[in-house]
Amino acid sequence: MPLSRLGALLLLAPSILLLVFVFLGPIGWFLVGSFAELGSLAEIWEETRAVVGSRAVALAIANTNWIALQVTFFVLLIGYPLAYALNRARGLAFSLIIIAIVLPYFTSVIVRTYAWMVILGRNGIINQMLLGLGIVSEPLELMYNRLGVVIGMTYVLLPYMVLTLYAAMKAVDPRLLQAAEGMGASRLGVFLRVFLPLTMHGVIAGSLIVFILAIGFFVTPALMGGPSDIMIAMLIEREIELTQNWPVAAMMTVVLLVVTLVLYAIYARFTGGRTGFAR
Amino acid sequence: MQAGSAAVVLETVTKRYGADTVVDAVSVSIAQGEFFTLLGPSGSGKTTTLNMLAGFAEPDGGRVLLAGRDVTRAAPRERGLGMVFQNYAIFPHLDTFENVAFPLRVKKAPKREVETRVADALAMVKLTGFERRYARQLSGGQQQRVALARAIVAHPSVVLMDEPLGALDKNLRYHMQVEIKEIQRRLGMTVVYVTHDQEEALTMSDRIAIMNGGRIVQMGPPRDVYEAPENAFVGRFLGEANLIPARRDGLAVASEGGALLESAHGSLGAEGGFLFVRPEKVAVAPEAGTAPGGPNRIAGRVRFAGFLGNVLRYEVDTDQAGSLIADLVNGPGAVLHAAGDTVVLSWSREDCRLLPG
Repeated sequence: MPLSRLGALLLLAPSILLLVFVFLGPIGWFLVGSFAELGSLAEIWEETRAVVGSRAVALAIANTNWIALQVTFFVLLIGYPLAYALNRARGLAFSLIIIAIVLPYFTSVIVRTYAWMVILGRNGIINQMLLGLGIVSEPLELMYNRLGVVIGMTYVLLPYMVLTLYAAMKAVDPRLLQAAEGMGASRLGVFLRVFLPLTMHGVIAGSLIVFILAIGFFVTPALMGGPSDIMIAMLIEREIELTQNWPVAAMMTVVLLVVTLVLYAIYARFTGGRTGFAR
Repeated sequence: MQAGSAAVVLETVTKRYGADTVVDAVSVSIAQGEFFTLLGPSGSGKTTTLNMLAGFAEPDGGRVLLAGRDVTRAAPRERGLGMVFQNYAIFPHLDTFENVAFPLRVKKAPKREVETRVADALAMVKLTGFERRYARQLSGGQQQRVALARAIVAHPSVVLMDEPLGALDKNLRYHMQVEIKEIQRRLGMTVVYVTHDQEEALTMSDRIAIMNGGRIVQMGPPRDVYEAPENAFVGRFLGEANLIPARRDGLAVASEGGALLESAHGSLGAEGGFLFVRPEKVAVAPEAGTAPGGPNRIAGRVRFAGFLGNVLRYEVDTDQAGSLIADLVNGPGAVLHAAGDTVVLSWSREDCRLLPG
């Protein structure tokens, strides 16, 4: 039964109210208050250009994009085969994979990041193993640098990719794959000519959601990164906590918000049923 | 069975799922250019048989030969068959041209060849001009044609079709039956066709194998299996049939109700069986003015008079043979009977058959 407009509005009201009070309200108040400190529109514009043009911010934006791109790439690289295995697995194997993916999903990012620090640290599990086996003579620098950030974020964001891809793969009619095989395609041919194209919208949607989440990431790069791995969210936090320069923080927030919303709009187009072959 | 000349040979092919034997020692030899139909109710093993022919299922016993080559363990792509699937299986991410080109693309056929062959195949199914349409922009009938074009584009000698017309409405089905038949004749293809629709099987086939419980229960040209069923199942499955329980009574045959029956075909064992007669072979006459007695004459009362347009169907309750059906062509001077009328049903000894129970 289709909902009436009023009915839909009533059902949505609690979440809309929540969003207004805990997100839109505070962010609006923060932005207006911060920019008001600067005075006129002309001054705001001048300041914005100065901030966005500054080396620190430009570097943070470049870092953020580059890290987010790398993370998206690795998440996809690991996530696609994982989702494929999940799609083919039955019974116990299916349950084990889904638990391995979903359980961390429900665990705090901070807890998971600390877990990786235990694994990757100078005296961590990996280094102790490598040293014990005599493969390396001194501990590898796996953390407090770019590598640590990418490893940590890749792990944290993996479930988003796997679950998105799994949904896309589940929607592929297995009879199409059988048909392709019957018409003479090799296993690789079936994958490249049928399965991959039919799951491509999942690849795009998963990559966008991971990228969106990655550019706003704070905890993992803050804990696992080195001094040069400043991402934009960390810069915002620094402006507020250390220098108390609220206008600058506000500007960077706007930049991040706009980028996120634009990417989200693209994401919504890809998942909103406008792709003709999503069943 | 001459394996050398036949396009398709199944030799005692068997498939089990757990304790269930879904296909039980099926043997068939299909000639080059033959239109061969596997007909049966759902669960009779016809689709599993086709899957073993296609290579989607591996037999637990027996052999599959294509043009004399043993392909029992070969992968589907090594068999070089054309296929039309029940749900069409049209790739939603490819347009009509690319769908039809698919079997050529995977073989890495040269561009020129792909273009001419796809154009030929589309012309054959009357879809020229639809090259850039996607499946979602095509009607059910057009999707069916795409599937058909794709099955014949690589000029396979054998084409398998799994209930290809199941999703179409009745008129369209008939048109497609005729078209498939025409294309098959023109290209001289061997077609192995699976259906549960007896009318479709009768219209299209050179030969029909009727399956039940994993076995072929009868095989032959449409007219033979329709008019001369070897058992009650085949008689009942291929359209309406009167099956009158019968037993031997000395040298003669009688219904359980005592009516004298006579048939030029078949015979009954000691355990009895049925007299089989198609409704359209049964004559209906008003009771008054017909001489009583004689074999194959049974009096009864019309319980239901159905008007099917071109056919008048009477369901007649008789004391001697239970409820019988008679179909009369609604031709010139057809006499109509109403429910409640008493009538006499009769048929010739040539038009009926004695079947074992």
